[in-house]
Amino acid sequence: MAVYKRSYRSYTGRLTPAWSRFYILTRYALQNLFRSKFLTAVFVMCFFGPLICAVLIYLSHNASVLSLLHVRSRQVLSVDGKFFLFFLGMQGGLAFFLTAFIGPNTIAPDLANGALPLYFCRPFSRAEYVLGKLCALLYVLSLITWIPGLILFGIESNLSGAAWMWENRSLAGGIFLGSLIWILMISLIAMALSAWVKWRIAAGAMVLGVMFFLSGFGAAINGVLRSSVGYYINPGALMTRVCAQLFGLDSPIDISAFSAWVALLVICGICLALLGKKVRAFEVIR
Amino acid sequence: MTPVIELEGLGVRFGSRDILKGLTCSLSGRTIGLLGPNGAGKSTLINTLLGFYKPSSGTARIFGHDIRTDLKQIRSVVGYMPENDSFIANMTAVAFIRLMGELSGLPSEAALERAHESLFYVGLGESRYRKVGTYSLGMKQLAKLAQAIVHGPKLIILDEPTNGLDPPARQRMVRMIKEMRDAHDLHIVLCSHLLRDVEETCEEVLILKDGRIVHYSNLEEERRANKRFVEMEPLGDGAALAAALEQMGCECAFSGAQRLKAVLSDGMEIRDIYRLAAERDIQLRRLNFRRDTLEDIFLKAMETNTNGSL
Repeated sequence: MAVYKRSYRSYTGRLTPAWSRFYILTRYALQNLFRSKFLTAVFVMCFFGPLICAVLIYLSHNASVLSLLHVRSRQVLSVDGKFFLFFLGMQGGLAFFLTAFIGPNTIAPDLANGALPLYFCRPFSRAEYVLGKLCALLYVLSLITWIPGLILFGIESNLSGAAWMWENRSLAGGIFLGSLIWILMISLIAMALSAWVKWRIAAGAMVLGVMFFLSGFGAAINGVLRSSVGYYINPGALMTRVCAQLFGLDSPIDISAFSAWVALLVICGICLALLGKKVRAFEVIR
Repeated sequence: MTPVIELEGLGVRFGSRDILKGLTCSLSGRTIGLLGPNGAGKSTLINTLLGFYKPSSGTARIFGHDIRTDLKQIRSVVGYMPENDSFIANMTAVAFIRLMGELSGLPSEAALERAHESLFYVGLGESRYRKVGTYSLGMKQLAKLAQAIVHGPKLIILDEPTNGLDPPARQRMVRMIKEMRDAHDLHIVLCSHLLRDVEETCEEVLILKDGRIVHYSNLEEERRANKRFVEMEPLGDGAALAAALEQMGCECAFSGAQRLKAVLSDGMEIRDIYRLAAERDIQLRRLNFRRDTLEDIFLKAMETNTNGSL
């Protein structure tokens, strides 16, 4: 039917599977995200680090270039747990700043414009809504964290041989798992703050503020109480401890890896609870 | 036929406050009006039917689907136009309606096609590539209507659809509701505090007060019943006219000296009264063809107290 014909008709065609509908929000969120030139530029800049690392790995295996530069391969780079911990630290930091920019765009505009009833009056649940928005963030952050990390691991494996890959296979798992828990946590924090602080700019500032405040407050608690309790509210310290365990390294954070995992999961749980409280069609005022 | 909406002792409680108190009724009309003063529980009832609030007691069914167990089925056949501003500001209208269509389960291409159609249908065709955030209040109302019909629902719930509209826009909205009602196999629930809107569009009316049902009215039947009631002032032999009317099966009664009230029998028309009067050389100084307006019904209902059931 031509669109200019002003008539109404019911829909009798096929429907998409219900389980796949959360991805509609992801698709729309990604389209919206890359409309911003600034964010696209920041996103592209996030690939400089992995690119430099890839070049260094290549150079460390290229004897002719090294001889031209009069350096030994050992002096250039040692691709091991420390290298990937440094890589994840660098990319994780960039992922965090990127999240502070894009995270507040996820839920705050819907809340500010009262759009949630329109989502939830359809066969679309609150969990699917959160999952759809979360997937958009995880997708973008994955592209700058564990995916380039695994590509670097692949490059090194290709250049060093299958023996190196087999010997260091746990690093691949560490890159994936460490990145995933970090991007999951910062995404949930950003979304929870986006849901509670409806003003986008304030929500972005809050994301930065909360992380820095928690780090500072945790350090203050450690200093005053002369204990390690403060690490439990410091997401950065918790991640360092978890990644150290994943890469088989000693950690300067003197809490157990298990308790660090539990603390990270508790932070994620709190964020989900905060989202559950706010992501509703209508708020009930008792 | 399965009723459109069935309420079975439906109660909703927020904290210690009972908002809806054991509502029981069955509604089957094509257009159902929900009336009530502010705070009567109209919007709460709609939100409960859509599963936004959990019932504290009883249940409700839409097309036979229980709101406690079959919410997904209910939501797939219902279109909802909320009362307040609800949109995604930084999206064009066509992208916004398409997204809503896709979330209702339409494939992407079908959703896009229907988004264009819906926007043309509600009269926003020319401004469909503008961002919804830049729309005027009236246009936002129309965009909300477009998103409610994009997936072709069987039941459309309109919460105060004429809110904030100027008279021409209000008329256009009412005309559209009537057209949807008459031309298609769908049901409409219209929640409004504007009696005129409900009177113009609805067949059935449910009046709520303090979370209870105080009146149910089938407007179509009432209109038919009230059409038979006339009040006249004959000059001359009024008793003869009354006798003639009674011979034709009407019920007559005098109120005051010359005021004659009559309930007309089936098949009798107003012109028959004039004919009878002319045959008896009686002048009719006044003839009122009176019926209860929705305002009368509403005001009567506001004086009533019921236990929430019909």
